[in-house]
Amino acid sequence: MSGLADLFTLACVGVGVAFFAAGTVGLLRLPDTLTRIHALAKADNVGLAFIALGLLPQAASVLDGAKMVAVWLLAQLASGAVAQVMGQMANAAASGGAGPAPADAPGGGGAP
Amino acid sequence: MADLLFAAGAVLLVVAALGLVALWRTRAVADQMLAVQLLGSAGVAVLLMLAVAAGDGSILDVALLLALLAAFAAAAFRACGSTVFRARGTAGDAPFTGDQS
Repeated sequence: MSGLADLFTLACVGVGVAFFAAGTVGLLRLPDTLTRIHALAKADNVGLAFIALGLLPQAASVLDGAKMVAVWLLAQLASGAVAQVMGQMANAAASGGAGPAPADAPGGGGAP
Repeated sequence: MADLLFAAGAVLLVVAALGLVALWRTRAVADQMLAVQLLGSAGVAVLLMLAVAAGDGSILDVALLLALLAAFAAAAFRACGSTVFRARGTAGDAPFTGDQS
């Protein structure tokens, strides 16, 4: 049983690191700010989810496992909000050039 | 198991360091903030692995704080952008977007 848990941990952590590497390559190679936000918010978060999932069998207690899940949940929610915020800034700067759009501006109005 | 987790954490740190090359190559402020967010996210993953490898549960609290502070950094970046850059005018906003055209 312990060997199976170790194998599961190694497999998930390996996949998670691979997703992080893919996200970093995307950050370096993608052409536009908006696409780079996708590399960061999606690929990195899937990597973190796999790593957290793989480490759950290795947790010393239920409290530690619950803390790992809490860290993962916080990172998920925060990255969703961060992606929206960054996208809004990049979009408004690309269109207006006079600063980010106010909160009540219609969404997606990038083209002049 | 602990040694393998330490090795995986080291590999992830190298990957995050390579992502910092994006900080060096671009002049756009938003892209630089993205590279910092990458560091925060990879740091959380490394701290999770470190907590299991070292058997110390308090490192999980550090990971929680790092995730929180990374979110706050992005929020502060947004709040700063709406005042500082608008005060500078269009000249200050020119490096703000990341279009490589």
